[in-house]
Amino acid sequence: MFPILQVGPLALQLPGLFLLAGIWFATWLIDREAPRHPVSGAALNSLVFYGLIAGIVGARLAYVSRYLSVYAENPLSVFSLNLSTLAPGEGVLVGLTIVLILGRRRHLPLWRSLDALTPSLAAFAVFVGMAHLSSGDAFGASSSVPWAVDLWGARRHPTQVYEILLAILAFVGVWRLGRVRAFPGFLFLAWLALASASRLFLEAFRGDSVVAFDGLRGGQLVSLGVLALALTLVHQRARFARDGLGEQHEGRSGSPT
Amino acid sequence: MPPEGVRLNVRSAPEATSGLESRATSSALGMIAEPRRWFTFTALVLFAGVAWTLVSRVPSGGKTQGQIASPRVGFAAPEFTLDRLGGGQVTLSELRGTAVVVNLWASWCPPCRAEMPALQHFYEENRARGLEVVAVNTTFQDSESDAAAFVAEFGLTFPVALDRDGAASRAYLLRALPTTYFIDRTGVIREVVIGGPMSETTIQTTVEKLLTEE
Repeated sequence: MFPILQVGPLALQLPGLFLLAGIWFATWLIDREAPRHPVSGAALNSLVFYGLIAGIVGARLAYVSRYLSVYAENPLSVFSLNLSTLAPGEGVLVGLTIVLILGRRRHLPLWRSLDALTPSLAAFAVFVGMAHLSSGDAFGASSSVPWAVDLWGARRHPTQVYEILLAILAFVGVWRLGRVRAFPGFLFLAWLALASASRLFLEAFRGDSVVAFDGLRGGQLVSLGVLALALTLVHQRARFARDGLGEQHEGRSGSPT
Repeated sequence: MPPEGVRLNVRSAPEATSGLESRATSSALGMIAEPRRWFTFTALVLFAGVAWTLVSRVPSGGKTQGQIASPRVGFAAPEFTLDRLGGGQVTLSELRGTAVVVNLWASWCPPCRAEMPALQHFYEENRARGLEVVAVNTTFQDSESDAAAFVAEFGLTFPVALDRDGAASRAYLLRALPTTYFIDRTGVIREVVIGGPMSETTIQTTVEKLLTEE
């Protein structure tokens, strides 16, 4: 693990750099892949940009609301660069809400937009794995397998490496599936199924799982739910497409869904 | 070939697929639309998923982070015993039962200078509530006289420990100054802030969580 890269007086945080590189690559892929679906790459990229900004602002404001009296004494601290004073869950919620609202306002077709975003999401997952590898987050359970690594006081499964490999596999799968003829939403739902199945498999080797109850890992339970949802939706949309309803729903003219 | 009665109304892809690939694709997509076959496939996948979830349950006592010493969130804070500036020693485990802020610093480090008054202020205000601050001077890359001058300049009243051989800094995998560890009453690290300066608000909101816990 190598979380800090010292360049002269600068201490660069590698996990953050990997995430920034992931965002850059993902936005480049949006421009490249969007015409294939076909939606406007520029419109999708601006949606992602506003979503990210809204997510960060939402995460900070949610954190501030928990400690309102403290921030009332030092209001300028709201603008701190400290990542530990963010509420990530609320941030994701705010970011997604803004993306949905703006997407509807701009009449972006939901399923085709999701399809166009899918290669970027799959590629970003690879960079998230690299960020985990450099920070030592998402670490594995103690293990005696020959390829176990020394980390955080024990020999552990290199789950960050598993994570990267599975994300690359999912990306390759998405890349190939993106080139076949299919109905709107197929690519996104296929990736959702692949990603949730990967997490379901990977979580078993993690050493930092949140235990929901009776030893069951929360990450696996959520992944099972998402996998079931993705498989159900892909079937439903395939039937829509078979019955000729898909095009009406998605609208070749680009009407909102 | 797609199952009988299944013909997908697919959108046109900019790139044409080969005949063989196209037939395979149609067959796969046809299977997705066919209720019985897809239900069987989904049931098999979910059954395998549930079985894997049950097989990979966390065994009782399997969560070991809190017992293993490592400088990251969720793990026990690595133990150290260091000489105190001005005499005596500081042993981290002896502070168990209080919320502890361990701050690694050096006198020549500008962000360390910037955040130290906030640490002192917050220590004075919350010591009675069970807060302890240990400022570990990285003496192996500083000097005791500079450290002493720094402490006098800021009027620090919390224990200042001297890491002369760098053992504590190595145990805490120190990579940037300042680095601050927020440790709960049971000795488990709950937050790590690498770099600085931290604002008083950051310190207060982070410590508040630890102080309000029993």
